[in-house]
Amino acid sequence: MTQATQKKAILSIEHVAVHFGGLVAISDMTFDVKEGELLSLIGPNGAGKTTAFNVVTGFLRPTKGEVHFRGIPLHKLKPHEIASTGLVRTFQKTSLFTTNTVFENVLTGLHRHGNASSWATLLALPSMKREEAQLREKVWEILDFIGIAHRANELGGSLPYGEQRLLGVAVALAADPSMLLLDEPAAGMNPSETADFMALLAKIRKRGISILLVEHDMPLVMGVSDRIVVLNYGKIIANGTPAEIQANPEVIQAYLGQGVKHAAA
Amino acid sequence: MDQLSQHIANALILGGTYALLGIGLTLILGIMKVVNFTHGELYAFGGFMAYYFAAQLELNFFVSLALSIMLGILLGAMIERILLRRMRGADIDSTMIVMIGCWIAMQNFALLIWGGVAKSVPTPFPTEPLIIGPVAVSWLRVFVLFAAGGLILATYLLMHKSPLGKAMRATFQDRDTASLMGINVNAIYTATFALGSGLATAAGALLGPVFVVTTTMGNMAALKAFAIVILGGLGNIQGAAIGGFILAFAEELGSGYISSGYRDAMGFILIILVLMFKPTGLFATRGERIG
Amino acid sequence: MKNVWTIIILAVLLTVPLWLTDQYYLHIVITTGIFIVGAMSLNLLLGYTGQLSLGHIAFFGIGAYASALTSLGFNIPVFWSDEFRIIVEPSHPALGILIGTALAGLCGYIVGKLSFKIRGAYFVIVTVSFAEVVRLVALNWVDLTQGPLALSNIPPAGYNLPLLGEATFWAKTPNYYLVLALALLSYVLIRRIVHSRMGRAMIALRENESLATSIGIDVTRYLVFAAVMSAALAGAAGALYAHYIRIIDPDIFLFIYTVTMVIMVVTGGKGTLAGPIVGGIIFGILPVGLRTVAGPEVQWIVYGIAMILIVFFLPRGIVPAVVDWWYRRTGKAPTHTRTQPPSQDSGDGKTGSNWNGAASEAMLTSKALSRD
Repeated sequence: MTQATQKKAILSIEHVAVHFGGLVAISDMTFDVKEGELLSLIGPNGAGKTTAFNVVTGFLRPTKGEVHFRGIPLHKLKPHEIASTGLVRTFQKTSLFTTNTVFENVLTGLHRHGNASSWATLLALPSMKREEAQLREKVWEILDFIGIAHRANELGGSLPYGEQRLLGVAVALAADPSMLLLDEPAAGMNPSETADFMALLAKIRKRGISILLVEHDMPLVMGVSDRIVVLNYGKIIANGTPAEIQANPEVIQAYLGQGVKHAAA
Repeated sequence: MDQLSQHIANALILGGTYALLGIGLTLILGIMKVVNFTHGELYAFGGFMAYYFAAQLELNFFVSLALSIMLGILLGAMIERILLRRMRGADIDSTMIVMIGCWIAMQNFALLIWGGVAKSVPTPFPTEPLIIGPVAVSWLRVFVLFAAGGLILATYLLMHKSPLGKAMRATFQDRDTASLMGINVNAIYTATFALGSGLATAAGALLGPVFVVTTTMGNMAALKAFAIVILGGLGNIQGAAIGGFILAFAEELGSGYISSGYRDAMGFILIILVLMFKPTGLFATRGERIG
Repeated sequence: MKNVWTIIILAVLLTVPLWLTDQYYLHIVITTGIFIVGAMSLNLLLGYTGQLSLGHIAFFGIGAYASALTSLGFNIPVFWSDEFRIIVEPSHPALGILIGTALAGLCGYIVGKLSFKIRGAYFVIVTVSFAEVVRLVALNWVDLTQGPLALSNIPPAGYNLPLLGEATFWAKTPNYYLVLALALLSYVLIRRIVHSRMGRAMIALRENESLATSIGIDVTRYLVFAAVMSAALAGAAGALYAHYIRIIDPDIFLFIYTVTMVIMVVTGGKGTLAGPIVGGIIFGILPVGLRTVAGPEVQWIVYGIAMILIVFFLPRGIVPAVVDWWYRRTGKAPTHTRTQPPSQDSGDGKTGSNWNGAASEAMLTSKALSRD
């Protein structure tokens, strides 16, 4: 317990509420992610996870409350500036450029690593060509790290689902995050792929990247998380270690209330 | 003051037919999400069919109108069935290009058949105008106003009171659920496009006799239809109706008091202004956009 | 292999006036070339950046009129007062071309900025309307543009330089080389853009805008850049057209010309470099071939049907279809290959590659924290 409380919060969500017209999607959400930790956000279907995720990633402005990343309020940033603070998110199902090759996908993801000006491009200056070559090298490094280098020349959209998810993570990593926000990255993965993914998450964490994970796959969540936050009916009902969450009666009630349906999710 | 009342009278009459044009397109653009470049051609088709039946076949004027509209509905159904059904899942630019191709083929086909000379449609109305106070309107225009009004009313009743209308609104709100409830979604798409096209045809058949019928009359009509749809909000039928009148008034008063050369530009200026300040249209509603 | 073809093509292009002596055919080649530049520029915005901009002819026409009016000079009353007039003396056509290009580029800037406030079908309608408004202005502002009476006696292009002397392009041959120069320049510039980080950003914004934003791509900036380049090149083409044909009227703004360029781009293959060229050649040369057999109406009917058929059966256009077929047949598709052996990452975060951390810290402190 002492280790966790000594670390600073890198992402803090303070009393966030989200109202859509008369509908309250999130009533009062407060939690934080400490630097270097992996926190999972779980909850039954309809609990408000998608809305919460969009708020936390800066894609949706909360009706009340604030989200700060490393002390910077997200709502003060333009959408494309969020990545420059080091906060990068993935998307469910569509976190890749389907008509580009895997190589091109990651190369595009490395956008932030380059800064050739328009003039340098139009005039094809040597500095621009050097930068391009460097970026291309980096693509291989990322592909190797993720483990999809063998797919480099295939179209993103033609990969099997599990590898599409990995590509999504690769693109996000290329954008040079200090924190990754992963939206159901293991959806569509079989148990063997999920195990590999858990190992990948460990590798990513070794580089000092903090992670917020939204997932349905319970073994995955319990296996990788330092802490878990449970959302139900737009409110946080539990916040603790995997062991604490598994023993929490309110959490069990929330999931059981949904019936056996969730066990299969 | 007399001039003003005349302008107002003209605008009301024009507005009715513009409303038909706009409602037809808002059904197709707003609800089916098809950027329908053939809408103007259906308008021209209406004019030419009215000419063909009334002038060449010398049928009764009202029968000619009815036949024209029915053929327009049929033509719309054919276009949807042959061209659009294939494009159902495709992206918006591909569909747009198919519509542009159809528009080019249709307009040039019309040019081939009818030639470039303007045609006039004979009507059974007396030539002396009807004089109401300071305003003089031709009997024909009065008829056009009532016919347009009647068609707008009929469309409204169709959309809100008939089973077909309910099925249409259901389909466009949630296609999958509608299909699960037994609605033949394909047929609904065809019917919607046919209805929209029929309204454009009606507008052309009604305005053809008022002005003249030319092969390029559809181009301006199409652009004005888009202006009306934007004014009223995509998919908003009442909005399109009101938008039609707003455009007509802008044109009449603008060309009367500002400059007649820029009459046709009024529509575009309105589009640009509306989109800059109220992009969802003047009458956009929060919830249901259909009807 | 690629270089041999480039040399052959360039050799052919550079010697056209030598072997194509029929002045009528040379004229066709010149006007086709101008339209190809228009199509290439449209492709940058429509094909690569994915913006449904259907007012493209406006940029072309604005370039034409701006250049013509700069060269001819004009004398117009300010508003409704006859006393105050704006008088511009005639200038050298070269200046006109520059001004035409710049003015068109400025309009592109406005369109680019607008496209974010106004999306999808609305944007299409606005761009079409924009071109129509410009046409109506050209038609009605008779004092400036002569309206439907046309702007005539536009001086031909030429140069007046210290070392090279002076020349005026009265004949077709120098105009051919001028158009060729613009076409080659456009090709090279567009190629450099699309094969660069900027091009990747544009494609990303077309393919998946939210993802592009989430990885830090400023989509507005790249869209505006594409719009400005696209408009400026179209404006330059329009200016050359004005000085070649030497008479222009408001019909130059008709929607049908935008449609022509759209047909060229889409049938050739949008989002490819060769697409607009192939499309341009087909739809530039085809009318000439069909002229003897069928009148213009029939030709347009054929084009309309051709557009539909290509979207149905070759949805990505001719060039991608041919390229795919070639790769399948020869088994040789371009691939990315490594230049260094795969890095060994033992997973402890210390060995292995060093691709993260480079950009973040510097960006973080300087840019983000400087906001309030």
